[in-house]
Amino acid sequence: MRYLPLTRADRAAMLDTIGASSVDELYGDVPEGALLDAPVDLPSHLGEMQVERDMLALAGKNMGASSVPSFLGAGAYRHHVPATVDYVIQRGEFLTAYTPYQPEIAQGTLQYLFEFQTQVASITGMDVANASMWDGATSCAEAVLMACRATRRKKAVLSGGLHPHYREVTETYCQYSDTEVAGRDGHPEHQATAEELNDLIDDQTACVVVQYPDVFGRIQDHTQLADLCHAKGALLVVVFTEAVAFGAVKSPGSFGADIVCGEGQSIGNALNYGGPYVGLFATTQKLVRQMPGRLCGETVDQDGKRGFVLTLSTREQHIRREKATSNICTNSGLCSLAFTVHMSLLGEDGYRRLATLNHENACKAADAIDAVDGASVVNDSFFNEFTVKLTKPAADVVETLVAKGVLAGVPLSRLYPNRSDLDNYLLVAVTETNTDEDIAALADALKEALA
Amino acid sequence: MNFTTHTGNRGLVIEEQLIFEQGQPGRTGVDLPEPKGTKSRLGGLDRDSEVGLPGLSEPQVVRHFTRLSQKNYGIDAGFFPLGSCTMKHNPRLNEKVARLPGLADLHPMQPESTVQGALELIDQCAHWLLVLTGMPAVSMSPAAGAQGELCGMMAIRAALDARGENRRRVLVPESAHGTNPATAAACGFTVDSIPATEDGRVDLAAFEAKLGDDVAGIMLTNPNTCGLFERDVRKIADLVHEAGGYFYCDGANFNAIVGRVRPADLGIDAMHINLHKTFSTPHGGGGPGSGPVVFSEALAPFAPIPYVVKKGDGFHLVETADEEDGMQPFGRLKGFHGQMGMFIRALTYMKSHGADGLRQASGDAVLNANYLLARLKDKLSVAFPGYCMHEALFDDSFLKDTGVSTLDLAKAIIDEGFHPMTMYFPLVVHGALLIEPTETETKESIDQFCDAILSLVAKAESGDAEFFKNAPYLTPRRRLDETAAARKPVLRWKPETA
Repeated sequence: MRYLPLTRADRAAMLDTIGASSVDELYGDVPEGALLDAPVDLPSHLGEMQVERDMLALAGKNMGASSVPSFLGAGAYRHHVPATVDYVIQRGEFLTAYTPYQPEIAQGTLQYLFEFQTQVASITGMDVANASMWDGATSCAEAVLMACRATRRKKAVLSGGLHPHYREVTETYCQYSDTEVAGRDGHPEHQATAEELNDLIDDQTACVVVQYPDVFGRIQDHTQLADLCHAKGALLVVVFTEAVAFGAVKSPGSFGADIVCGEGQSIGNALNYGGPYVGLFATTQKLVRQMPGRLCGETVDQDGKRGFVLTLSTREQHIRREKATSNICTNSGLCSLAFTVHMSLLGEDGYRRLATLNHENACKAADAIDAVDGASVVNDSFFNEFTVKLTKPAADVVETLVAKGVLAGVPLSRLYPNRSDLDNYLLVAVTETNTDEDIAALADALKEALA
Repeated sequence: MNFTTHTGNRGLVIEEQLIFEQGQPGRTGVDLPEPKGTKSRLGGLDRDSEVGLPGLSEPQVVRHFTRLSQKNYGIDAGFFPLGSCTMKHNPRLNEKVARLPGLADLHPMQPESTVQGALELIDQCAHWLLVLTGMPAVSMSPAAGAQGELCGMMAIRAALDARGENRRRVLVPESAHGTNPATAAACGFTVDSIPATEDGRVDLAAFEAKLGDDVAGIMLTNPNTCGLFERDVRKIADLVHEAGGYFYCDGANFNAIVGRVRPADLGIDAMHINLHKTFSTPHGGGGPGSGPVVFSEALAPFAPIPYVVKKGDGFHLVETADEEDGMQPFGRLKGFHGQMGMFIRALTYMKSHGADGLRQASGDAVLNANYLLARLKDKLSVAFPGYCMHEALFDDSFLKDTGVSTLDLAKAIIDEGFHPMTMYFPLVVHGALLIEPTETETKESIDQFCDAILSLVAKAESGDAEFFKNAPYLTPRRRLDETAAARKPVLRWKPETA
């Protein structure tokens, strides 16, 4: 077998040194009858060529998102990833390293984590960021738990504009820790105001969670909400699913947010059918010791040279055990490297131009769709994603368009399966990867489907 | 030779500034089309200030990250016996396959009809895990081992709630990984520690004495964190079941027994599998991981959404809690359907090895560890008697009176060109050194490592503690001041203020 270097002679010599007669003898503690004497009922080993053929066959049964005009978003976005990103993350020194427990031989990982933390803090407008979480939804849940720790309160108010999967994950995380989750699912044609959310805040409320831009694509100023939260001793958590947006819109930090977290997949990472992604998590200097996850900090070495280490680990499970701020251990190291490399290539000009291009393409698509009989864009504001009201159930329209070779968007019924009032709404995302031809193909196909 | 260079660089080891210190306004590493100046519809919230990102060209970025990479130690570079982390070879075929457009370029919300191959792939990966563990159900959602633990313990909590029982105490051995107690606490359980015996296993009498009608279950790592098989595991399973609790098995060390022992035959109710350990998906400098959880019949109905089921000729993704009769999912753990990129790599690895190769791999891992143990046991102090499984554990009594600590020895090992072992874990052993060679190492590399350790031990015994206190000498950075880093944390770059 190509991954196993021991020869028959090696094995014999090693057993001899050990003083054992067989490998089975080394498994002597396994209870009677539980040690298998033959391989389990699965296929035998295969050469590289055969494995590749098997996997290609599976790949061939899918419709790649870039093989057709594609407008799916709802928390995962197709962007162009520069070739340099994949080159860097495939370098063995990054790919095959582990969590930097020995900082003297992990300065590569530690320095990019420090750069990553700085980039995340910069785009969100916050003081500090951690070294990544698993994804946007788990970041949201961890933000709620962190707000409860920081305020010693036990209730979270979730805005209706929050992605329903983020809500579900947050509810799942909170259900066994006596944390109440309040607030209802939203509606694309009604947006909760700061006053309406304020009515849900009481003296047990740890935080209010809003999404910006929200799940229906709308962009709302949360400055007033931040003030209302702070007046009642609650924190404002701002969640995002599209990290490119902050190149075009004001940062959540400028509203006075206390925690900003969300999904970083958009930058540097492929769609990967939903994972692995990279959770971004930023907060204020004041709350840094309440943060979950790993943190990289600057220091000096024995010779006085600048270097980096993992720090503030007394918050973490390996030290604090059941009193840790989170149970997270491994995070999204390589995905955060992809983010850092892509962001380094973009720089100030590239990041902001990328955001502008997304928005301009979305404006173009919104106009084209609005011109179709039976389709109307409901958003007044949006970045690169908006909600369209159709005269037919959106799920059926999406299926019809698959047959025409167009991935039209995400029907709200997929996100809200128990909300029949949302059946006719379609969520459409448009990025820099969509061409004018893609947009025309979508509009034409919609026209036929809705006729 | 000891001299300083003008640049501070030392040959191939080049000092590298932060990207923020290298940027110049007007530089960029991407060529994007000129925007057209469309009137924005951003609700009046157009960004009106700089983000603060540096501008670098593509060659600068490539050079920056190449130089950073040269300051890292990876499995590709050398022997990496970091115990409990399983740093085995990461096949490049896995990487190639994971990048096929038909797999990498799929949106998680695509209509089911367009992703049948992806759902089939998840189903195949699940099938391999079920056969290898002998268990009836698996949840593919969890993002990493720690989330797998959360998945398993939440299913236990949900099952107890469904029984109308208010059991809240979870028994966790002292030697457990820190994620175990942290996870139990996150599910609203209290943690009760079980002591270990002289031979590094669960103290059965102490365990039995702690059982009661408030016990929700046990979280037991097997093979355990001392690298030993819990020989009373079946008895433990029977006792916890008799007491009305469940058996959560931490499967972090499944790599020692895969293809040779099925956890189902040991009486477990739930177990997570770290795909980045047993099934060779890359550790990536700290993730991404993936932690599928297998379940017994008793816990299967409580597995989280979403999950894949066979439907007619194809596959269907169940995304709502009330879709299937008899299922009572405890919730959702991730934004989408799990770490697909890791399933692709793990399945590629499993197909490459096959049932026969996986069995050989676990056997070779255990053989390599026992060989290393045999080579070192006379000079180092073995923590517990007998054969080990996939990793060998030593305490620091062999360093007594030398003035050299486990940490010092580990730092000296770095200068010898190896990644050190895991230090000071598990906590039950004083100054622990946990060494896991894995099955992908040659006998020659293990011999070289053992020879190097033995020479360092001889040096420590000769009274040269000062040498160790200052190691490493040959690394891009020497020992770093972690106390200063924690006292006044600097967690981001900031521009110099005038």
